Amino acid sequence: MSDAKLVEDMELETAVVAVDNPIVEVDNVNMFYGEAQALFDIAIGIPERQVTAFIGPSGCGKSTLLRSLNRLNDLVESARIEGQVRVGGEDIYTPEFDVIDLRRRVGMVFQKSNPFPKSIYENVAYGLRIAGENRRSVLDDAVERSLKAAALWDEVKDRLKGNALGLSGGQQQRLCIARTLAVEPEVVLMDEPCSALDPIATVRIEETISELKKDYTIVIVTHNLQQAARISDLTAFFYLGKLIEYSGTQQMFTKPGLKQTEDYVTGRFG
Amino acid sequence: MSLKFWRAGDPFIWLTGSALALCLLMITGLVSIILYNGLGVFWPKDIELLRLHSGEVVMGRQVDRQTIPETDEKFRLQLKIGNRDAYGLDFRWVDEALITVREIPAGVVVFERLEWGDAYVFIKAIYEGDKRLAGEGEEGWQVLQPLLEASEERWQRMEELERGEIGELNYRMEEQRLEVRRLLLENAPAEERARAEEKNAELWREYEELSERLVRLRAENERTEVVVELAAGQERRIKVADIVRAYRPNDLSTPGKIAVYLSKGWEFLAGQPRESNTEGGVFPALFGTVMMVMLMSLAAVPFGILAALYLREYARQGFFVRLVRIAVNNLAGVPSIVFGMFGLGFFVYGVGGSIDRLFYSETLPTPTYGTGGILWASLTLALLTVPVVIVATEEALAAVPRELREGSLALGSTKFQMIWSVVLPSALPGILTGVILATARGAGEVAPLMITGVVKLAPDLPVDSYWPFFHLERKFMHLGFHIYDVGFQSPNVEAARPMVYTTALLLLLIVLMLNLTAIVVRNKLRRRYASSAF
Repeated sequence: MSDAKLVEDMELETAVVAVDNPIVEVDNVNMFYGEAQALFDIAIGIPERQVTAFIGPSGCGKSTLLRSLNRLNDLVESARIEGQVRVGGEDIYTPEFDVIDLRRRVGMVFQKSNPFPKSIYENVAYGLRIAGENRRSVLDDAVERSLKAAALWDEVKDRLKGNALGLSGGQQQRLCIARTLAVEPEVVLMDEPCSALDPIATVRIEETISELKKDYTIVIVTHNLQQAARISDLTAFFYLGKLIEYSGTQQMFTKPGLKQTEDYVTGRFG
Repeated sequence: MSLKFWRAGDPFIWLTGSALALCLLMITGLVSIILYNGLGVFWPKDIELLRLHSGEVVMGRQVDRQTIPETDEKFRLQLKIGNRDAYGLDFRWVDEALITVREIPAGVVVFERLEWGDAYVFIKAIYEGDKRLAGEGEEGWQVLQPLLEASEERWQRMEELERGEIGELNYRMEEQRLEVRRLLLENAPAEERARAEEKNAELWREYEELSERLVRLRAENERTEVVVELAAGQERRIKVADIVRAYRPNDLSTPGKIAVYLSKGWEFLAGQPRESNTEGGVFPALFGTVMMVMLMSLAAVPFGILAALYLREYARQGFFVRLVRIAVNNLAGVPSIVFGMFGLGFFVYGVGGSIDRLFYSETLPTPTYGTGGILWASLTLALLTVPVVIVATEEALAAVPRELREGSLALGSTKFQMIWSVVLPSALPGILTGVILATARGAGEVAPLMITGVVKLAPDLPVDSYWPFFHLERKFMHLGFHIYDVGFQSPNVEAARPMVYTTALLLLLIVLMLNLTAIVVRNKLRRRYASSAF
């Protein structure tokens, strides 16, 4: 409640670039948890095969926005959304839209690595299996391809039948990336994928993300400004549920358009 | 200093530590009393011969030694003197001060009998009819051995005859009787009825033939007798057929004693009860207990888990679900006898009565399902354990991390796929913990059973070789009730006391074994699903 009031009182300035041919379009989205408003009039386009980073202080709504892109917010009973989110031109919030299909097209990697209590192989094959794919050769190919794309194949190829929970934290996170890639999504959402990892594991994930950019559209939420600067092509800065500035990463971190953004990226607040 | 002492929480640590120590002390105390008394029962202790000042001679096993009340250093002994047919009592107190000689005489024989309990005697002679076969002591003992074996064999033949052929015949006769009655009820044509009657009469003739054979065997068995001498010199005669087991404890070496011990232990586990349950075995009770626990789990576990799944995963969390949850929690605390009364009213009289009226009308007014039976007892206990299963399953489901659920959904799984392939496997160890607790509670419960189907003696097991093999309407025996019955309801409580301890030990072992199996299974699962919170 207090946050919402604050925004109304402050009348923030905004500067948002328009993106040509976005694969994901967010159009005047307002989002509420019960009475509290979490997102205010968000409008943003996400370009294909680029890395887009969402930054901003805690509670600014960046994760909420991310989770509304694959309708994971549906799980929260009190959540309510206004406006349109389009993926590949289709409005995903119409009642007849197939949410199962959406989640296959828009995959997600979570903050805390969450491998299932199954073998490494079964973890990666899970998405295909639940979609009804049971042919061994198809599954084998998908597992190998995905693990290679997530740069995990060489480390686990000899123990695919081993328990996924026996992997290290960084390996588990890359396994989750592989699991997401196995169903060949168009967009991969990443919700602070490195926040629970040590610096070396973080570097490996970042390298993986840069590789994935060739084939996938990636949206990443991060608290780590250096990370955003290193890996993203576009950066969106959120504050108190509003999109403040959205531009090329280079520009955002060298000559930001707004005082507010400059203060944040230079570490004067946040 | 004292302030620091209090602030550091030392008294609290001591308090928690001593509470735990007290709990452990009580539990180990209980278990060791039961172990000590329960395991010692079958040991063939030496039989002592005591000569008293008064000239009286007493022979028996020492059971207890106590100070005489209101004196300090005077002791008295409690002896099991056996020979209830001669003395009318099994036990006797002897003041230690009155004893002049204590000895362990050789040649004392213990006869375990079908009736009148143990006999502690010396063999004087052995007769077959009027013919004297052997004299006293070692000679008599040697001659007795083959006779005992022959008698045992005859018993087995009689048992086979009774249980096998006559049992089968009885079964067919009962079928035929019901058939006649059914024809009568249906107003069937007279000649059909006559045919049925004719067949009935035929079966009767067969039966009489068989029972005559049985009588002959019995008479043959009655012929050999042992003449024995009691401690004070009285002579008595014991039929060889009445002897279940004979051994000479004072002449046995340790391996021999161990053999007797094991043989008695095996009889306890596998044998039928004798002498209003105070002797012999507890096999029917053991069987009834295990079968009832299995039936109960079969009913309670699937229902409990399914109900909990709906309650936690599908139902819209709101006022009504909260109400249901509170009700379930309260149900878990309802006294078991209340469940028993419900079971009697609903299952036995309601459901059972209706089944009888619909399917067994020819046997009425004798009830088939409309009376207590193992099925109704198991269902009543299942009702009692379902709330525990529900509560535990719900907790286990709630403990599955949200990330796992979201991870599955984010890959495009339906809610059902998520529950089936991710949530349930992760929650399984926790669910099993609940099932273990529930089953253990059900296995030890007695009160509701007493009014829904447990009886003092039910030699017919609920499973046998007659179609449909499982006779779930039958009454059954239960170890818990056995303890109560033998310990407090038997005519000879003192003699039954060892039986109470061994039965209690057995019940404890069963519960322990059930739990251990489940714990092993759970730990295996837990290793596989290491992320689970349990």
